[in-house]
Amino acid sequence: MAAIEAVENGLAAQGYIASRQIATAVYLSQQIEKPILVEGPAGVGKTELAKAIAAWRGLKMIRLQCYEGLDEARALYEWKYAKQLLYTQILKDKLGEVLDGAETLHAALDQLHDFGDVFFSKEFVEPRPLLQALEQPAGCVLLIDEIDKSDAEFESLLLEILSDFQVSIPELGTVSAAVPPTVILTSNGERDLGDALKRRCLHLHIGFPEQRLEERIVESRVPGISQTLRRHLVGFIHELRTLDLKKLPSVSETIDWARVLVLLQAFELGPEIVKDTLNVLLKYESDIEAALPQVTTFVAKAARQNVFG
Amino acid sequence: MKENLHRFFRAARGAGVRVSPAESIDAMRAVASVGLSDRNILRDTFLLTLAKTEEEKQALGECFDLFFKIPEPAQSSQAATENDQSDRESGQEGLADAASTSEPSTESPLTERLGPLAQMLLSQDRSAISAAIANASNAASLPDIRYFTQRGIFSGRILDLMGIQGLRDDLDELASTNPALAERLTAALEQLRDNVRDTVSQALLLYGREEAENLRNEILRNAPLSQIEPRQVEQMRFLIRQIARRLRERYSKPRKRQRRGHLDVRRTLRRNAAWGGVPFLTAWKRRRRDRPKIVALCDVSGSVARVSDFFLLLIHSLHEVVSDVRSFAFSGHLIEVSGILESKPPQEAMQEIMSKVGFGSSDYGSSFADFEKQWMGGVTQQTTVIVLGDARSNNLDPRADILRRVAERSKRLVWLNPEGRTAWGLGDSEMARYATFCTVVRQCATAQQLERAVSDIVATYQ
Repeated sequence: MAAIEAVENGLAAQGYIASRQIATAVYLSQQIEKPILVEGPAGVGKTELAKAIAAWRGLKMIRLQCYEGLDEARALYEWKYAKQLLYTQILKDKLGEVLDGAETLHAALDQLHDFGDVFFSKEFVEPRPLLQALEQPAGCVLLIDEIDKSDAEFESLLLEILSDFQVSIPELGTVSAAVPPTVILTSNGERDLGDALKRRCLHLHIGFPEQRLEERIVESRVPGISQTLRRHLVGFIHELRTLDLKKLPSVSETIDWARVLVLLQAFELGPEIVKDTLNVLLKYESDIEAALPQVTTFVAKAARQNVFG
Repeated sequence: MKENLHRFFRAARGAGVRVSPAESIDAMRAVASVGLSDRNILRDTFLLTLAKTEEEKQALGECFDLFFKIPEPAQSSQAATENDQSDRESGQEGLADAASTSEPSTESPLTERLGPLAQMLLSQDRSAISAAIANASNAASLPDIRYFTQRGIFSGRILDLMGIQGLRDDLDELASTNPALAERLTAALEQLRDNVRDTVSQALLLYGREEAENLRNEILRNAPLSQIEPRQVEQMRFLIRQIARRLRERYSKPRKRQRRGHLDVRRTLRRNAAWGGVPFLTAWKRRRRDRPKIVALCDVSGSVARVSDFFLLLIHSLHEVVSDVRSFAFSGHLIEVSGILESKPPQEAMQEIMSKVGFGSSDYGSSFADFEKQWMGGVTQQTTVIVLGDARSNNLDPRADILRRVAERSKRLVWLNPEGRTAWGLGDSEMARYATFCTVVRQCATAQQLERAVSDIVATYQ
């Protein structure tokens, strides 16, 4: 499929090396206008994917970081209370004029009704990320990051936006998107998401990449690295992932480590340098202790693989 | 193609992937936009639109591979012609030239008089045969197959539709006129039967799985846990995990509930400080729900051991719902097993527990005494204490007084007994004596009863 390859190339031009499945997901989300729900371990490039799509298509990226207790007022819209208050103060004098002609209390109330709606108009709405995304004239990439950290109520709030790309504001009516935004949701699987939310999304699981793919990722992200070092390094990390660790090193750690090795001007992977820099890869003391005795074997293995690969 | 997609969705449901109508519409739209030319892309498309968890993706992937396992006609026909050629070559080497040239000439008028099926079989055209099988299976509504007992019926129906009757007539006729050809035809017929049988088995695997699994699970749910066979243990574990998932979904939702009507004055003032304390935003008092704290005491002697095994598995897979579980196992004496259960896979953990305390004769009295001596401090007003056992203490001192103290300290004391109610209090059962101190005593012999019991325990905290 030429279209899917085009997506792959487009993302690659932004430095994001996508697998065929990721490219298919991005292509499909465009074709059938569905959000993508990306799941996978931390640091495999879930957030990067949204950034790459935005850069590739030249769209603005709007990011909503989820956290426990995130509510409508932070995510969708809020009334500018202070401005409303200020305006009523300023317009206090005008109020007398408006009500001047009214003879009875009833007539005054009628006039006030017409006037009151002024304070609940677009002028006084503070758009938060979700509303901002709908209002972009050229469309945008909306990244809802770590949706699993938010409460279940917030999930329900998203449903209307995700399926119809619109939100209902009681005082203003329904706001629909000019151009449907590309929505990416990410989740680390901290809790199970509701079926209603999943049903509305394409579900993409990004795991740890295959060796070849990871080599290409390192190549694109760390340009100064030599080919042999790259191979050894990725081979070593793949060996490391077979261990039973608290937190397995993921792609972002691979890239960091590659940068560190380049900075240290290492040309090949020796057990000594690996032991010195292992703390870049592993984030728990117990993990480092578990991995240390294996380092020498893994380095040798990675080097051997290189000979045959 | 639409028909095929629908059949695939049905097969996917059978494989345990929950495909809703909306998702099938999405999948159809997606397929329409990516096309059918590339099989890998098609696979990815289904994985993206239909499967929503990691397990579902795996199940759907397998289902896809099975469903689209079509023998590639081009290759096999090529292979067939190669075979034919080699046959002929060997024939030429082995026999005189005359024989090899005369055989086809005598064969052709003969085959013309035969029925279409016989001709097809003799010509060894595998792609035509598999196409004919596919057509006949559609006509016989093979996708409606549900149970493995229907295999015979469907195979028979398909063979009938392919015209096996005519083939039999041909065979009878040939048996007298041309025995050699009849033999070849009989062999081909056997092969055809095998092919049809394979097709039917594959269809059963695809479409019958849902029904068969429902039936089996239904039976398993109501089977006494203590008596299930070893080969069913794995299935039971799976069932228990399903139950755990259901309970998690039901009870892990919001733990905070807003109490409308009680204004939280402090928070309201603080929130509106920017507007001089004019209360634009109101804050309401919230009540935090406690997560259940559970202390489980499980008898692991004799027949109760199996039930304890499944019960512990269930309790320990409820992390999202239950904040704090401490489990203890006892028969003659009592030890804490939470650590073992959390650090090891269920099977190994159970083995280790059994080797430490299992297989003894149960002594409830001294086990309760062990508990009181070391762990009584952990029981608070938020704790639900669950005792799982048959209360058969081999006529030793039951120490019901300890149980009374446990009941006084805890929120609830629940006793789950795998024996039927009629057996309580008979023989050496101390159930009647213990029951006076328990908040609830329930029978708990099957997976279904287990689910209800745990569900009730968790629900009291909501």
